[in-house]
Amino acid sequence: MSARMIADKTVKVILFASAIVSILIVLAIGFFIFRESIQAWSEIGVGDILFKTVWRPGQDQYGILAMIVGSVSVTLGAILLGVPLALGCAIFLAEIAPAGVQAVVRPAVQLLAGIPSVVYGLFGMVILVPLVRKLNVPGNSGYGLLAASIVLAVMILPTIASVAEDAIRAVPENYRHGSLALGATKWQTITKVVLPAGKSGIIAGVILGVGRALGETMAMIMVIGNSVIMPQPLSDNPLTFFLSQARTLTGNIAVEINYATGVHESALFATGVVLFGLIMIVNASARWIIRGQKFIEKAN
Amino acid sequence: MEEDRLSGISLIHQAQAQNLKKESGRQSFWIGVMWFFAFITVSILILVVGYVLVQGGKAIDWEFLTTSPKGGISGEGGISTTIGTTFYLVGLTLLIATPLGVGAAVFLIEYAGEQSLSSKFLRSVIGVANFAVETLAGIPSIIFGLFGYALFVSTLHFGFSLLSAALAGACLVLPTIIRTTEEALLAVPDDYRRGSLALGATKWQTLYRIVLPAGLPGIITGIILSVGRVISETAIFYVTLGGSYRLPTSIMDGGRTLALHLYYLAMDTRAFDKAMGTGAVLVVMIILINLLIDRVSRKLTAGVRKVR
Amino acid sequence: MKNISKSVFLVVSLILVAAMVAACGGSSTPGAPVSDPSGGNSTVTVSGSTTVQPLAEKLAEAFMTENTGVRIDVQGGGSSVGVKAAGEGTSDIGMASREIKESELIEFPNLKIIVIARDGIAIVSHPDVNVGDLTIEQVRDIFSGKITNWKDLGGEDQNIIIVSREEGSGTRGAFEEMVMGEDALIAATAILQPSNGSVRTTVSTTPYAIGYMSFGYLDETVKPISIDGVAPTEPNAADGSYPIVRPLNMLTNGEPAGMVKAFLDFILSEAGQKLVVEDGYIPVK
Repeated sequence: MSARMIADKTVKVILFASAIVSILIVLAIGFFIFRESIQAWSEIGVGDILFKTVWRPGQDQYGILAMIVGSVSVTLGAILLGVPLALGCAIFLAEIAPAGVQAVVRPAVQLLAGIPSVVYGLFGMVILVPLVRKLNVPGNSGYGLLAASIVLAVMILPTIASVAEDAIRAVPENYRHGSLALGATKWQTITKVVLPAGKSGIIAGVILGVGRALGETMAMIMVIGNSVIMPQPLSDNPLTFFLSQARTLTGNIAVEINYATGVHESALFATGVVLFGLIMIVNASARWIIRGQKFIEKAN
Repeated sequence: MEEDRLSGISLIHQAQAQNLKKESGRQSFWIGVMWFFAFITVSILILVVGYVLVQGGKAIDWEFLTTSPKGGISGEGGISTTIGTTFYLVGLTLLIATPLGVGAAVFLIEYAGEQSLSSKFLRSVIGVANFAVETLAGIPSIIFGLFGYALFVSTLHFGFSLLSAALAGACLVLPTIIRTTEEALLAVPDDYRRGSLALGATKWQTLYRIVLPAGLPGIITGIILSVGRVISETAIFYVTLGGSYRLPTSIMDGGRTLALHLYYLAMDTRAFDKAMGTGAVLVVMIILINLLIDRVSRKLTAGVRKVR
Repeated sequence: MKNISKSVFLVVSLILVAAMVAACGGSSTPGAPVSDPSGGNSTVTVSGSTTVQPLAEKLAEAFMTENTGVRIDVQGGGSSVGVKAAGEGTSDIGMASREIKESELIEFPNLKIIVIARDGIAIVSHPDVNVGDLTIEQVRDIFSGKITNWKDLGGEDQNIIIVSREEGSGTRGAFEEMVMGEDALIAATAILQPSNGSVRTTVSTTPYAIGYMSFGYLDETVKPISIDGVAPTEPNAADGSYPIVRPLNMLTNGEPAGMVKAFLDFILSEAGQKLVVEDGYIPVK
């Protein structure tokens, strides 16, 4: 009897240890990345890193503002392109598609999520960049925010679509029945009843997509040009902003980590800290919004 | 009275008919747009996958799959060692991550509600653990790579090796395994547990013989998802695995996964055909993995239905 | 029972935390090799410059066909990583495509530098560009952004698209030292690529692009540009008429011994130097 109970207790301890490994890993990640970045923060200065736009380690300049803008811009582009498409797919799968079509479209969306980012990057390099280059604007090399936004939009589409679809499906049926009974058309029901009800879940999905977009590395390196400049419109048309080359925070780390030593390497870890911080904020917002949604559903 | 009621109803019907007339045009338009969006999405998939498979298929033959890359500027050789390295890495990563992840999930689900754990300290630890898993899930792979580089490659002196990469990879897939195992365990009916405990089994015996086997399909889904993740990832292994194209003979050796090899081919050589070929092999693997996940999760829902 | 469980949990947590702290407490001592330099075992690790990497891979293949018991692992990581890995002993041999800096020699006093080849850096453009000869000053002005249009050089009326390597690259360092000089900086608008190969890919596929890369990567997809009338060829680099040449170094921690020495001797031998020439580099003699 007692042997079995000892076994039981031992198991409990081991399982507890496994559970707190996650905590330890998160702490370790935060610790190590922060530790490696301290040299940069102290030698270069927090303000100089965060708010200066010139990144030239060879000249002791380590401003990452241009990269922050780069990451935010390409994420913005991806959201502008990807959210309508993703939302459309989510509505389509949840409300409109017959079962047979669902069985084709849903696995297709899941498969999009599984394709390795290098494959997307390769595709972007070989097909998209030359295509973008055809836009006849001086200074347009094809590499830049537009090509990168398109690639990124395709990559985050499945994330947003599946969360949004779940959110839409979670809306109780009687909402729809009530609306239809009052004489609203199906589309009116979707836009005026279902979507507002599932709003939090949909927004959470978009924010998860934002987090994913901020974190993408390899595909970005291959199509965005990696120039350390503040993205600017190439001509009088403000839309040519997206033809500008740029560099993302993630690209900054991956492109230079191989060659960096000393303060330079530390500055790359500092870039990692900034990225980590940005994504934590984004994910915390998503969680906070979802929490609100679950509460409302329980109340119903 | 009757006329009032009837005229009231007919007013409602009138309004409904008006609405229908006004809105049905708009509805047809927008529903058409939704179909179009879905069509675009599927087309993008077919375009990307199709292009890679067609272009890549040209480069794939038996020799491509069975000879090692020869390095050098023109990307000679095949991809045999990279396939091997990928398998090794997947195996080692899962070896580390699966016990940790399943163990953590079991604890968080099965033990978290226990009476003896009602002490505030332990409850808050569990709360923090849940938060940690959520956080890990959102961390981008390059950060895991940096962490792996700082801790495993540099500080612990494992260098660029399967070990460093697998440890970093385990951190990456841990949230996936924990979450899917949690869902699998939650789906196991409580009656199973109560019945077993009522018969006198200990908690551990119950878990080991009843609950875990019942949740197995879900756990396997999580494992397969992680396999897909490891195969597709690049950034994290770029800074922990090194770039050697040789097959590792020990866990302290470095190497290249298929995804990394694709990156090197695309960036360093002009062998775009071979890059596409590598991409095609990757895509086929992912398709097979997705099909596998589909099959397993269907078995999962079938099993649940059987119980009912 | 409850108290015992609680203390067991605490102990386990503390052990795990202590393990992590201990792990991060350890630091590397420069100069003390961690892995046994391959006097004993039969694996030689080589890491560092991605420029030297393909050459090293080729030399390794040749060496391994003659000496079947040995395994040589060539990895990238960049010149700076190569210096650090050799200095700290995490690699048996480090590769660097640039001169070793003062600060690095101070940090790793036991570092031994062996020049295995010399490499020219070629200025290349997209094949459709019809300017074939430039002075060094013109190259400098192009890359610093002073000259922005090909028509200022006698070419078409098109913007020049500059392609460069990332900061910290040995190739870029050599280019900056020999072409840009002390005062001029490479323009921030340059497209940055992380390797010679990707520079070549970008230049060969982007119309009106110009870039610089190692001789070894020259092929028919890019157009080489002559400097002051001298074409970027190995003979011109060897006899000194082509101005932009830099050493390719292999580094060891202390005097090389055993298999490492054998490999380095092979590289410096006639057979090894023949392979160097084959790949487009200049032999050491």
